[in-house]
Amino acid sequence: MAQNDDPAGTVSRRDFIKTVGATSVAAGVLAPAAPVTAQGPAALGPGPVPVNLTINGRARTLQIEPRVTLLDAVRDHANLTGNKRVCDRGTCGACTMIVDGRTVYSCSTLAIDVQGSRIRTVDGLANGDDLHPVQEAFCAADGMMCGFCTPGFVMATVALLEKYPKPTIAQARRELDGNVCRCGTFNRVFEAALSAGGVNRG
Amino acid sequence: MKAFAYVNPSNESDALAALRSGGIVRPLGGGQDLLARLKDYLDEPDRLVSVKGALNREAAATGDGGLRIGAAMRLFEVAEHPEILKRYPALAEAASTVGSPQIRHQGTVGGNLNQRPRCWYFRQEEFVCFKKGGNRCFAADGENQYHSIFGNDGPSKIVHPSSLAVPLVAYGARFRLASASGEREVAAADYFTLPSMQTVQKENVLADDELLTHVILPAPGNVRSGHYEVRFKESRDWPMAFATVVLAMNGPSIDSARVVLGAVAPVPWRAEDAERVLRGRLLDDAAADVAGEAAVRGAKPLAQNAYKIRITRTAVKRAVLAAAGRSV
Repeated sequence: MAQNDDPAGTVSRRDFIKTVGATSVAAGVLAPAAPVTAQGPAALGPGPVPVNLTINGRARTLQIEPRVTLLDAVRDHANLTGNKRVCDRGTCGACTMIVDGRTVYSCSTLAIDVQGSRIRTVDGLANGDDLHPVQEAFCAADGMMCGFCTPGFVMATVALLEKYPKPTIAQARRELDGNVCRCGTFNRVFEAALSAGGVNRG
Repeated sequence: MKAFAYVNPSNESDALAALRSGGIVRPLGGGQDLLARLKDYLDEPDRLVSVKGALNREAAATGDGGLRIGAAMRLFEVAEHPEILKRYPALAEAASTVGSPQIRHQGTVGGNLNQRPRCWYFRQEEFVCFKKGGNRCFAADGENQYHSIFGNDGPSKIVHPSSLAVPLVAYGARFRLASASGEREVAAADYFTLPSMQTVQKENVLADDELLTHVILPAPGNVRSGHYEVRFKESRDWPMAFATVVLAMNGPSIDSARVVLGAVAPVPWRAEDAERVLRGRLLDDAAADVAGEAAVRGAKPLAQNAYKIRITRTAVKRAVLAAAGRSV
């Protein structure tokens, strides 16, 4: 891990990632442009290209390679680190974001492929210290142990309540099926999801 | 993953031209399978062509009473589409159980049909199997509990991973394939290929510069259909064995039947013996029993998957009962 490379402990993991991001942007300036296809739109990359994303209502232009996932773009380039990178294979759900109203695995989505979409991350839920009702419900129900899966579960629950304002347990189980809690806190997650019903806000 | 260039065409002909733009080029649909393969270095394309904006996303009635589904339609849209639910319910049901909500929101019809196998040896970069240009199938005498019990005489013991492929073969669907030099239509049943040493690196007849653009379903006629998936757990996973049955009815009797099995062979597997025993029978409990028995006749399990014979028999039996309108 990054922090082990810094014996004095003066560089945080997040700062390290920012540095890496800046380096890849600088390298991109020198990267040759890919040849243009005979017809149709030009190929972008493989070096960094401007990618326009609307994240939590704010337009951002990131200079990133086409291979950068939405998750890595949001965490490492837009500095919104609420959603977690866990399996990075579309299996665990910790990276769950809401794109155009529906949950997606941001680790399995290219950032460049969701330009023009409305992207919501867990970072955009709270109003300062004022938590979103779903976040409040997770706290009240003690719906987490280690907490690493929680951002994904919170986003999946927000989507659940937008689809079913007063969900049944069966609806909650089905809509949260794409998220895994390895501590096994599922019952309290469901409790939180059901108790947050009817008090949803954007 | 290796760095790649990205093209985002807005129509089919630009997408097809981009597939021929040199180097290794892959179409990107929902990306739920492709991105994982790229991260694991199972595929290292020079360029991705995003086809979601280029291909059709609708289900439209055809002139002869069938339905034409664009390959960019998302799986959740298939599961919720009123016409599909009404006329091709086994297809809607199969789509509704693929992966998780997140995967169904992103995953497309084309991507589901063209995803690569889930074999754990195939998915590990270190195992260079026949499918990756190597000289063996590690599942043949390895950990093969999730591998094939039919069609496994060839070099690869995979099972085909697509859930939609099975009901599509059962309903007699055809696929429209297009390239920059023309288009063709292939029956779903002929699209998927059993592995031979010549074809083992692919699971279907799609060429590298072709796109599967549409799925064309014939008018269902007077049919009853049923679909049943046997799963290890109630939550998200690939089914261990599943079946779709489509029965053309003549009053209470079965005129003809299509019985197709999933997760048991390298292709969606037609259970022709089961189709034969159903012909002319009343659609009742006894029909379900004999169809289940006949469907597993000739199965050749590997060392660790004989259990699949039993659950396949159950899947067929329950699919027939579901077609009869019974809750299973």
